[in-house]
Amino acid sequence: MAEKKEALFSKKNRKLLSDPLDSANPISVQVLGICSALAITVQIEQAFVMSLSVLAVMIFGNIIVSILRNLIPSRIRIIVQLVVVAALVILVDEVLKAFLPDVSEKLSVFVGLIISNCIIMGRLEAFALGNKIWPSFLDAIGNAIGYAWILVAVALFREVLGSGKFWGIQIIPESFYELGYMNNNMMILPPMALITVALIIWAQRSRNKDLIEEN
Amino acid sequence: MLDLVNIFVKSIFVDNMIFAYFLGMCSYLAVSKTVKTAVGLGAAVIFVLGITVPINYLLENYVLKAGALTWFSDDLADVDLSFLSFIMFIAVIASMVQLVEMIVEKVSPALYGALGIFLPLIAVNCSILGGALFMQERQYSTITEATVFALGSGVGWFLAIVAIAAIREKIRYSNVPAPLRGLGITFIITGLMGIAFMSFMGIQL
Repeated sequence: MAEKKEALFSKKNRKLLSDPLDSANPISVQVLGICSALAITVQIEQAFVMSLSVLAVMIFGNIIVSILRNLIPSRIRIIVQLVVVAALVILVDEVLKAFLPDVSEKLSVFVGLIISNCIIMGRLEAFALGNKIWPSFLDAIGNAIGYAWILVAVALFREVLGSGKFWGIQIIPESFYELGYMNNNMMILPPMALITVALIIWAQRSRNKDLIEEN
Repeated sequence: MLDLVNIFVKSIFVDNMIFAYFLGMCSYLAVSKTVKTAVGLGAAVIFVLGITVPINYLLENYVLKAGALTWFSDDLADVDLSFLSFIMFIAVIASMVQLVEMIVEKVSPALYGALGIFLPLIAVNCSILGGALFMQERQYSTITEATVFALGSGVGWFLAIVAIAAIREKIRYSNVPAPLRGLGITFIITGLMGIAFMSFMGIQL
């Protein structure tokens, strides 16, 4: 067992957790899971719930696939992974419908689309299939949090600038509006999500020059 | 007939999979470096959407929906299997992709050469599952409508990826700020194209 040879939070394992937050971020570097990241970032609440759902699915998906990794024949592994993920997503969807019906209404098809969210399949395929349970668990948490912070950051910009609210509460005071301040309705439109992510990528890559691509 | 044309045009331009819903963005960003591969992937998406959405439509209306099993026996009128729809849809998609790959390989090696490497990628392309889920949410009344919607979405996706690939081929010659090169500038261009596509909003035939 890995645990006997190395400490639970050895340097290697800590890296599994911290890399996806910045230098191997699933969205801005690995380009995984973009679809949902952009579509549900109009409000922070939605982005937060979505991140939690992805976190749950990733953790259990990574653990289950990691347990089964020696049993799955490689020819049909994609179908097996899809079935595991789909079953988990059904659970998440039912929980959301039961406890957060209004958020679940707004997320509409995007909860279902967690199934084909490349971030999940990508990590199952690239990591959980070849690693023990504990590292897979850490990898899932790291990547899900890396995904979550970008989601919440984009949603923060879009909600504050687009509707003057934070988590549904008005934070830009009335007096501003009386002075002629206006909400930037552009921010609510879908294309601005792309541009906000591009700005995050720009900031991240000017800080971390190793990530700059050719051409 | 006009209804069908309306659905078709609407799913290409107004409800464009990429610019309005960001579905299939991962492969859209990854495979759009040259026009040639973009055309291959786009064609494969049209093809697979056109096959899987009608099948999922039948599944939805004759198996999964509340009361859909009444054709089998009246006792089953209360059965609602719709919570199974995700797993059924993705199973149909994954197995159809596999099947299509085998058939295309046998029947038309030339087409297989062109689409071959893209087909496995498509099983996890969000736009395919998205097509099935939108079909379920919008409740098209006939299978023809669902098929037309699927083909329209596919064509919209095709247009989007070919357009961005063409732009990316050209942008190689321009002086983009270093940190924005590659991914960043592609995001910004897609955003601008999305704003342009918004002018189609509200079109009715």
